[in-house]
Amino acid sequence: MSQHTGTIQEAPAPTPFQETWSRLSRNKAAMAGLGVILVFVLVAVFSPILAPQDPIAQNIEMRKTPPLTDGYVLGTDELGRDMLSRLMYGARLSMTIGIISVGIAAAGGVSIGVFSGYHGGWFDKIIMRIVDIMLAFPYVLLTIVIVAVLGPSLTNAMIAIGISQMPRYVRLVRASVLAEKESDYILAERGIGTSDLELMFGSILPNTLAPIIVQATLGIGEAILESAALSFLGLGAQPPTPEWGLMIASSREFVTSAWWIVTFPGLATLLAVLGFNLLGDGLRDVLDPRLKE
Amino acid sequence: MVRYILQRLLLLIPTLLGVLTIVFFMTALSPGDPARIMLGERANEQQLEQLREELGLNRPVGEQYLIYLEHSLRLDFGRSIKTRRPVMEEIQELFPATVELALVAMFLATFLGILVGVLSAVRKNTLLDYTAMVGALAGVSMPVFWLGLVLIMIFSVGLGWFPTGGRMEVRLFFQPITRFFILDGIILWFREGNPAYLISAARHIVLPAIALATIPLAIIARTTRSSMLETMRQDYVKTARAAGIPERRVIFRYALKNALLPVITVVGIQFGLLLAGAILTETIFAWPGIGRWIYSAISARDYPAIQAGVIVVSTVFVFINMIVDILYSVINPKIRLQ
Repeated sequence: MSQHTGTIQEAPAPTPFQETWSRLSRNKAAMAGLGVILVFVLVAVFSPILAPQDPIAQNIEMRKTPPLTDGYVLGTDELGRDMLSRLMYGARLSMTIGIISVGIAAAGGVSIGVFSGYHGGWFDKIIMRIVDIMLAFPYVLLTIVIVAVLGPSLTNAMIAIGISQMPRYVRLVRASVLAEKESDYILAERGIGTSDLELMFGSILPNTLAPIIVQATLGIGEAILESAALSFLGLGAQPPTPEWGLMIASSREFVTSAWWIVTFPGLATLLAVLGFNLLGDGLRDVLDPRLKE
Repeated sequence: MVRYILQRLLLLIPTLLGVLTIVFFMTALSPGDPARIMLGERANEQQLEQLREELGLNRPVGEQYLIYLEHSLRLDFGRSIKTRRPVMEEIQELFPATVELALVAMFLATFLGILVGVLSAVRKNTLLDYTAMVGALAGVSMPVFWLGLVLIMIFSVGLGWFPTGGRMEVRLFFQPITRFFILDGIILWFREGNPAYLISAARHIVLPAIALATIPLAIIARTTRSSMLETMRQDYVKTARAAGIPERRVIFRYALKNALLPVITVVGIQFGLLLAGAILTETIFAWPGIGRWIYSAISARDYPAIQAGVIVVSTVFVFINMIVDILYSVINPKIRLQ
């Protein structure tokens, strides 16, 4: 009888990452989103190898070639540039824009939010007032205003998108910090003499990461859309950059003559943004503790 | 209640002051000489000096700011660099076009959004639900201006059902009465017995309204669905069902009423955002509203026009948000007590 005891080994407790992953991998929509994102990231990274042509090389003789003719899978644009190659390099730009903009927003917003929530007082009051005013602007208009100040360019568009997304992170993080800061484990750590900085970023921040990750995922999609809009308005990427929004903008004259020039850049944008939205929604369902079984 | 409204009104002052301040520093801080940017490389020193004088650019920044605030309070935003007309006059002329488009789009989005949301919730996890929710997600994932182009390509160029842009056929020129062309069309129909104006106005608004309605429609449908699902789980709904009340009545009379609470907020916020989103849609459809006007002001670096456009749209946004907050507290007394 006794030989059975002690032979059962307890499985190691799953890390938070493993737990999240196992729940997320059961969410079909989120996995589809992740798949789409991975494809776009791969295309973005390897676009110089994958792209059949130089994305800005003009070939006037071949202009407005329809898809699937003469080796142009997605056709050519009004200057004879290969659409597929331009879209592939465009993926590179859009992924970079999404990640950098959200990086700016999250890094700035999180640091400000942590300080604001942790220290409170006049610093917190001023920050929250500024956040309120920034949120009083319609989002699109705020980015336009900031780019108008900085001058139109792709870099400035990224900065503008980053700044206008920042208030969300400030609010999100500040609220979490306020909730965490009086909890027992923080009081205990403070009791043993942990420094403020370590408490803020070492102890409190990791416990507020879930909503930040969700927000960042959705934010990348939004940043891609926003940068396309800015380029469309002439405030972002400048020609001949193969940026998706710029490609849509210059396709306006061809709605009557060349549907592929109009259709494909928009479809690429739609797919990429949809990927991030699907994954973001899935992450929210998984990471939101209120929805945990 | 009155106290809450007063509080909310008082909060407008710092917010609007903040909006004005940000917009001021937008021009004051922009690199380079604003006069040079506005007039271009070919302008001579005398023209530049004249513009600096007109805009008060040669005074210290602090003084400029105070003058700017004073002018803004009097709704005086100066003259457009491009057309030389008072900016406020142009805005007054163009605003009805934007409001008309936004109202039609919002009506479309609210009506269809709630309908789709309720159907999705009632038929949860069916093909209809999946299709609707994937569609809604696609709706918020696509560039609005691209959707506009695709609509034009299919329904104007391809099928010829709707015009590609504008508000009214040129041959139907008339003296605007209310500047809301659909309303004007109805008035003219009664007055002259000719429905051509109304038909033309309606045909012109369909595609831009669909494009503009897409994002709010998607968001309203998603909000309605999740709110409806939550309400349907509540005990009182179960009780109503157990009491043998017909399902249709339970859904529309009992559940929907409470489920609409969060939807109202979303509708309000989206309406405010619509006015800003109109920049892209109006540009695509050559809709002569405030959005397209801001777009051309940006292209022409017409700073007084950009400033005024941004201020007006943001102010309307702030006001709509306030009204939504107040409305919400009227419907849901819990908010007031907090």
